[in-house]
Amino acid sequence: MYEIRFHGRGGQGAVTASKILATAAFLESKWVTSFPFFGTERRGAPVTAFTRVDDQRIELRSQIYEPDAVIILDKSLMNGVNVTEGLKNDGVIVVNGKGGNLKEAGKYRVASVDATSIALRNGLGDPSHPIVNTAILGAFAKISNLVSLQSIKNATSDTVPSRKKENVNAIQEAFEETELN
Amino acid sequence: MESMQSSRRIMTGNEAVATGVKLSNVKVIAAYPITPQTTIVEKLAEMVANGELNSKFIEVESEHSAMSAVTASEMTGVRSFTASSSHGLLYMHEALHWAAGMRVPLVMTVVNRAIGPPWSIWGEHTDSFNQKDTGWLQMYCETNQEAMDSILLGYKIAENNKVLLPVMNMLDAFTLSHTSEPVEVRSHSTAADYLGELELESKMDFNNPAGYGSIVPPDGPFMEMKKDMRDSMYNATNAIKKEITTFNDLFNAELPGLTENFMMEDADYALITLGAISSTAKYTIRKLRERGQKVGLIRLYFYRPFPGEEIVKAVKGLKGLGVVERNLSFGQRGPTFEDVATALYGRVDVPMRNYVVGLGGRDVRVKDYELMFENLVEGNNEIEWVNVGAR
Repeated sequence: MYEIRFHGRGGQGAVTASKILATAAFLESKWVTSFPFFGTERRGAPVTAFTRVDDQRIELRSQIYEPDAVIILDKSLMNGVNVTEGLKNDGVIVVNGKGGNLKEAGKYRVASVDATSIALRNGLGDPSHPIVNTAILGAFAKISNLVSLQSIKNATSDTVPSRKKENVNAIQEAFEETELN
Repeated sequence: MESMQSSRRIMTGNEAVATGVKLSNVKVIAAYPITPQTTIVEKLAEMVANGELNSKFIEVESEHSAMSAVTASEMTGVRSFTASSSHGLLYMHEALHWAAGMRVPLVMTVVNRAIGPPWSIWGEHTDSFNQKDTGWLQMYCETNQEAMDSILLGYKIAENNKVLLPVMNMLDAFTLSHTSEPVEVRSHSTAADYLGELELESKMDFNNPAGYGSIVPPDGPFMEMKKDMRDSMYNATNAIKKEITTFNDLFNAELPGLTENFMMEDADYALITLGAISSTAKYTIRKLRERGQKVGLIRLYFYRPFPGEEIVKAVKGLKGLGVVERNLSFGQRGPTFEDVATALYGRVDVPMRNYVVGLGGRDVRVKDYELMFENLVEGNNEIEWVNVGAR
């Protein structure tokens, strides 16, 4: 079983990202679950979401405490939330922003991408509320072989209600621009 | 593999419920939104608005009105639905007795949410446990598949002439309601054949006006009508067993019986659970089995009628039984513990423990179940509330 934890802020699309990733794995005939943990439901508040992927039906329904990967939609969360808590050795960190200066960089595999700029130039959200959830999944596809880039694009087209083309473009651009270290 | 996935969809528990309502050709929906039930009502409103579902959607000002509206529409012989949670369900309480007493075959989904204060939007079962004596059948779903299937099954059982009691169908807040997972979407034509049209023998007829729910004196048929409800609830046991078998054959489905026995064949120790927290219990049991521990689980899919006979059969030979509650009663052990003890009284002698877990949405984890099994085996009875400290 592969477990992914998303950290974002209300409005950035962490919950949708967790569902798109689950759908991508589902399209590759895997069993999946994805679910949010809502704190106070308001824009800007920290939100956690979870995705599990397995070859068999998934019975474990608790939150994810020892993830294989963490996906951070807003780097500023790292000041207040211990986003790498429980992350497995050799685990994956995907972060929106420059990752080279992360203190975690030596311990984990890190993928970083400027998902905010990519989202904005594709017309996803506005400068005060960029919707970075699809772009960040392009970065995840670059560092992990859990699901293919194409499946993430297909799952995105299936899941997002509008701007399908723009979201798919953002995923491709993020995949190309992601830095691994 | 492609074809296997073709009728499967990724959906949340609440979407699965809305889809089940659509498959049941429900004609009247009246509901008041409350977290975490809201997305059921939103989805149904959307289906009605875009013509996907040919229903009358009645916007109401409260849950009390919602239940009153669907009780009345059902009395005219029209299949009806509502959903609620937590304080909304408590506000319905009076109308729940009326729905059952008027013998309307309604189905309602309850997304289980804690009761304040302190305020909480997260899961526990106290809201629906407070309604267990209202004359409604009660079922607790473990998966989103069950959430969809239980709507169809619920109408089938409720509308059975030997039952004619409403059905309350439970989902754990967020753990099912907002969790996305694969669900096999049942065929609309098979569902239509399965349920057919609602045909009540006795219904409101505007050409022949009549009074309903009038006063009866102590020597009137009051006790007789209540006894008939009690008999019908017991009759429901056989109807449920029969209808589950039919459902599984027809839809190639995997609904359990009134209860599900998981790894019980040679178990020495077992837990009893309800709802979605049962899944993590199963996961834990598989792990403990790998370490050689003979442990198992009895999941109560139905809570009313209470599956006492099934429990009696399942617990024979156990060295210890833990009853897990995601609800509470003050001044007595948990309601599930009481009901299990009543079923076993004078018939099976098994040492029993009671565990309270997951109140106010507290996560129920593998380590919690490991602790419960450890406590069952080692025999000290000091732990009753699991994963709780002084705060």
